Amino acid sequence: MSDTENKPSELNEIDIDAVYRESEIQDVLDRLDAELIGLVPVKTRIREIAALLLVDKLRRQLDLTAGNPSMHMSFTGNPGTGKTTVAMRMADILHRLGYVRQGHLVAVTRDDLVGQYIGHTAPKTREVLKKAMGGVLFIDEAYYLYKPENERDYGAESIEILLQVMENQRDDLVVILAGYKDRMDKFFESNPGMSSRIAHHIDFPNYNPPELVQIAKLMLAESSYRMSDEAEGVFAQYVVKRMEMPNFANARSIRNALDRARLRQANRLFNSRGRMLTKADLMTIEADDFMKSRIFSDGVDESAQDGE
Amino acid sequence: MITNPTGRLTQGQFSFLPDLTDEQISAQIKWALAHGWAVSIEYTDDPHPRNTYWEMFGLPMFDLKDPAAILMEVNEARKTFPDYYIRVMAFNSTRGVESPAMSFIVNRPTNEPGFGLSRQEGHGREIRYGFHSYAADKPEGERY
Repeated sequence: MSDTENKPSELNEIDIDAVYRESEIQDVLDRLDAELIGLVPVKTRIREIAALLLVDKLRRQLDLTAGNPSMHMSFTGNPGTGKTTVAMRMADILHRLGYVRQGHLVAVTRDDLVGQYIGHTAPKTREVLKKAMGGVLFIDEAYYLYKPENERDYGAESIEILLQVMENQRDDLVVILAGYKDRMDKFFESNPGMSSRIAHHIDFPNYNPPELVQIAKLMLAESSYRMSDEAEGVFAQYVVKRMEMPNFANARSIRNALDRARLRQANRLFNSRGRMLTKADLMTIEADDFMKSRIFSDGVDESAQDGE
Repeated sequence: MITNPTGRLTQGQFSFLPDLTDEQISAQIKWALAHGWAVSIEYTDDPHPRNTYWEMFGLPMFDLKDPAAILMEVNEARKTFPDYYIRVMAFNSTRGVESPAMSFIVNRPTNEPGFGLSRQEGHGREIRYGFHSYAADKPEGERY
């Protein structure tokens, strides 16, 4: 046969470096490392997935069977650990590796999937699935889909359709479920079909204080602020204290704390009228801006009060 | 002399070609989406060429990004109306254009009887020509 000579044999060598460079994965992984602090297990898993998809690509070039692996994922973790942020990245990564065709992310919650009356749920869910095709469907707080206490709840219908599409059209879209750990575990317990169709269960760990300080610096840098050295020391103390408070939501609490610090900084600058301000003044957050936080005076933070 | 021996309806794009495969349909939809045209699916059992407004199947699909979603809907339409004409349309909504940019048939009845030509004597030696689909003799819904 004439086409045997065109087919690569086992002797053929493939340049893994070339394929690697071509896919620009390193670029994505580097950005992941630079912009996401901590989250070691998550990054490890993403690296593994990237490697698997790359090897599959090579296998396909050599005409070896490379069945499309299932890429549905579940992200579990406490509030503010970066589940949504990573999901956004995931869409980009899977797109670069050629696993999904368009690489857009459709983020939905129960409201977008479950209808209000009989016969409303199926078309609604299907609409969302169609919108997400070629990309990633991110279902936040997925455990709300299933409400065991109400047997007439339409959530089960939505789950059924989801399962069907997740199984039959896994080339067309990737589903990522996200939610708090304990509730997601309960959700998977009552929906074993869902659990078994998800290949990657990724747990997002809590951040430790040094990581949170680093995250804060990154957040400030994004909006052209910076902390003075003294402020950084105070902020590290603040973080430790804040972590002991109720309603601590990891990076989200940090963002809120920074927003309040900016408020106080603006107030401080406003009160210092009469002297000329420099660019550095406008950019720098001083220790005082954190010290004024109620967490240091009577141990109650504003955020813990307003139920954030 | 039979001019169109297969009796196949020839409207829209690709209608002189053999039926498009699903991959070919996907590729065409991808082209339409890449231009930002809104794709929709329509069906009818009245193949007369002046019948320009076919029934729309499902909702218009403005915000879909991937051909797989539209192909899913095409297959849904084929399941619902196996013996109807089904076409995929792409609408270009650019101001000043606002017209269909693509239209091609993705499903046709197994048996297409074709059209009959009728002549009507007018004043003097004038002859008016008309044609009608043999299928349209039967009531709607029983034609194919």
